[in-house]
Amino acid sequence: MTPNLTTSKEQGILTPLQRVQEQFSQEVVETHAFRGDETLVIRPGALLAVAKFLKTAPELDFNFLMDLTAVDYLFFAGGRVQKEFRFEVVYHFYSLKHNHRLRIKVPVDEKDPEVDTLTGLWPSADWYEREAWDMFGIQFKGHPNLKRILMYEEFQGHALRKDYPFNKRQPLIGPQN
Amino acid sequence: MVTQTRNMLLNVGPSHPAMHGVIRLIMELEGEKIKGVDVEIGYLHRAFEKMCETVMYAQCFPYTDRLNYVSPLINNVGFAMTVEKLLGIDVPERAKYIRVIMSEISRVTDHLTCIGASAMELGAMSVFLYMIKAREYLYELVEEITGARLTISYVRIGGVKADLTAGFVDKAFQKIADVRKVLIEVDELLTRNRIFFDRMKGIGTISADDAIAYGITGPFLRSTGVAYDVRKANPYLIYDRLDFEVPTGTTGDNLDRYFVRMAEMEQSLRMIEQCFQQIPDGAVSGELTGCLVPAAQMVDRAKMGQTEDLIEDEVDLDPTLQGGTKRYHDAINADQKDVVLPAKENTYGNIEGLMNHFKLVMYGHGIRPPVGEVYFPVEGANGELGFYIVSDGRDLPWRVRVHPPCFPIMAALPKCLVGGMMADMVSTFGSVNMIAGELDR
Amino acid sequence: MSFLSSPTGFLTSTIKDALGWARKYSIFQYPFVTACCGMEYMSTAASHYDVDRFGAGFPRFSPRQSDVLFVVGTISHKMAPVLKTIHDQMCEPKWVVAFGVCTCTGGFYDNYSTVMGIDTIIPVDIYIPGCPPRPENVIDGLMKLQEKIQKGEQSRTLYDPRTKTGRPAELSQGYSIEQHIKHIESSP
Repeated sequence: MTPNLTTSKEQGILTPLQRVQEQFSQEVVETHAFRGDETLVIRPGALLAVAKFLKTAPELDFNFLMDLTAVDYLFFAGGRVQKEFRFEVVYHFYSLKHNHRLRIKVPVDEKDPEVDTLTGLWPSADWYEREAWDMFGIQFKGHPNLKRILMYEEFQGHALRKDYPFNKRQPLIGPQN
Repeated sequence: MVTQTRNMLLNVGPSHPAMHGVIRLIMELEGEKIKGVDVEIGYLHRAFEKMCETVMYAQCFPYTDRLNYVSPLINNVGFAMTVEKLLGIDVPERAKYIRVIMSEISRVTDHLTCIGASAMELGAMSVFLYMIKAREYLYELVEEITGARLTISYVRIGGVKADLTAGFVDKAFQKIADVRKVLIEVDELLTRNRIFFDRMKGIGTISADDAIAYGITGPFLRSTGVAYDVRKANPYLIYDRLDFEVPTGTTGDNLDRYFVRMAEMEQSLRMIEQCFQQIPDGAVSGELTGCLVPAAQMVDRAKMGQTEDLIEDEVDLDPTLQGGTKRYHDAINADQKDVVLPAKENTYGNIEGLMNHFKLVMYGHGIRPPVGEVYFPVEGANGELGFYIVSDGRDLPWRVRVHPPCFPIMAALPKCLVGGMMADMVSTFGSVNMIAGELDR
Repeated sequence: MSFLSSPTGFLTSTIKDALGWARKYSIFQYPFVTACCGMEYMSTAASHYDVDRFGAGFPRFSPRQSDVLFVVGTISHKMAPVLKTIHDQMCEPKWVVAFGVCTCTGGFYDNYSTVMGIDTIIPVDIYIPGCPPRPENVIDGLMKLQEKIQKGEQSRTLYDPRTKTGRPAELSQGYSIEQHIKHIESSP
């Protein structure tokens, strides 16, 4: 699925995906552009470096972190597809100046679900990361205030994980303060 | 003697007169000044994303209605277009125009509600009544097409549920004129009103850089002077054929947000008018020829086995769904048998249609997009409304994620409030237009 | 005020009727608006449908000053304690209207975060189903509530999903299933 780099290089126009791939060829695990959505899968350790590059490189200039979420691939496609890592943290970037978008995915292990926080680069990451922690239990290293955001503190487990039944209710909490 | 002063913690919400929506602000006050704000959300978490994983693609629409319940049609369009992008299909021209018309009507209802409610909280009760009156006009239009006022589930994957009704254009122009009248009235009431002006001007200010850093989009971002609009930046449907402006403010305060919303409503009304001029011919002219059979009668005939001539006839549906017969069905739905339900004449009239219908509604069959993932943004009433769908090739979505425009706005709310007065919280909170349904999902 | 406890019955009944009549046309409502139904609540309250005709036009955002609690919209598990607190803060006599299907039964939000009907938390007098109910529907529910107020009736039971029956609201604190079964057996 890797796009042919040489031909577009000769034309002198690099898409954001190709630009990142060129810069971090060692860190990119996989790329694809399904229905025109350019996607990069990178190693977790390289996230901060790639993110910094996305934000500061003038030809990329991704000033919006539009969305941050996670996907749980447990029993993906009825268990027929076995992914190496259970979770993927998905980032959607947008550049106001160049009007282009890029999706970055970071695979995360089930045993130690932890990635670096992006709050230092985009303040919008703050709440998105809290939500990803609340719903998937993914830790963000260095996040200033990683606590539940949509559910209450007493809630056990992480609701959007595939092994959490959708209608499993927990006891009602009583009136507080 | 040493006097000690301490900051006071004040809890506002989640059920509070100044909070239209459930949110809790814990404010640290020094006298009347706000020193710090902690925003607590999640009081309306209804597990939209989890519920979408348990139902088929077409069954997600009722859930999307209830995301931003003030402009449900835009959510419908956003979800349908994301699934269409995943499937790689296109919809007929006429359906595109209908989608744009209905989205823009929804955008106007949203802005009307926002301005009405925020003006009411500043004491202008009559503005609220006028705005709800205008919204009621538009609800009548929506009801005529979709059959429901608020939670309508009108858009389908590959098209829309029903065509425009006969005489709809005239009614729409009449209602647009009525809404314009109300807008002029409200403009006279508010824009030169000293009280309103003083409580909005220079309050709740945010800079363009901060707004971008927090990922804010929509009228909130445009009020700071950044002309980012998904309809212009990534035109979808037929927005590139319409002539409209993106109104922007300069300072990013409450007054600018009010002006941007007022100007946007006028632009939306203009867009609706242009759509009526450009829309390709179809049922709008309202001609109905051929044999019309009431739907119940057609079902009875089909049950009795009298199916010989049934395919020639058209079903006469409920008056609110006048545009639902076969000819119109084909004009507003994509020619994709694996996505779009067949017209009722075919379902009742021949075995192929019946099988097609069942294949699409049974669990384990249904609409099955290829394995992949897409993100598609539309311009919601509050900003970029993006859906991110991961498909595993089966009939249930593997993951549906919605990027709610309210979420970053609420994250940036402390930026707007800190440093201001306690009483200004009311006007700022009104002008950001928080919708709990899409904030907490 | 000795005539209130008069054993003749005639006068007491009249006072009760008069009180009911007065109460039903001066409903001070607390709109506990959370979700989509709030839009239809706005429409009902505004000039087009004008709920003021029924004497219920003045929302009070203070539980101490209101006598009818309109629960408008989905109640999540996070919101439930807040609702319970507000209901406890209201003064007697008080009535509760469940506005919209989410408050009646939970609707199609059968999931981990939604309360399946507020009648598992607080007693409900009038159920207005619909998602959301149309303003005409709301006005119908309001008139039913007025009838109930006129008669002086109030709901005192909660729904118990375990026994599929109603149970007294007084038992909600520290309630156990044994207690409830004992209660059903002991009641005539």
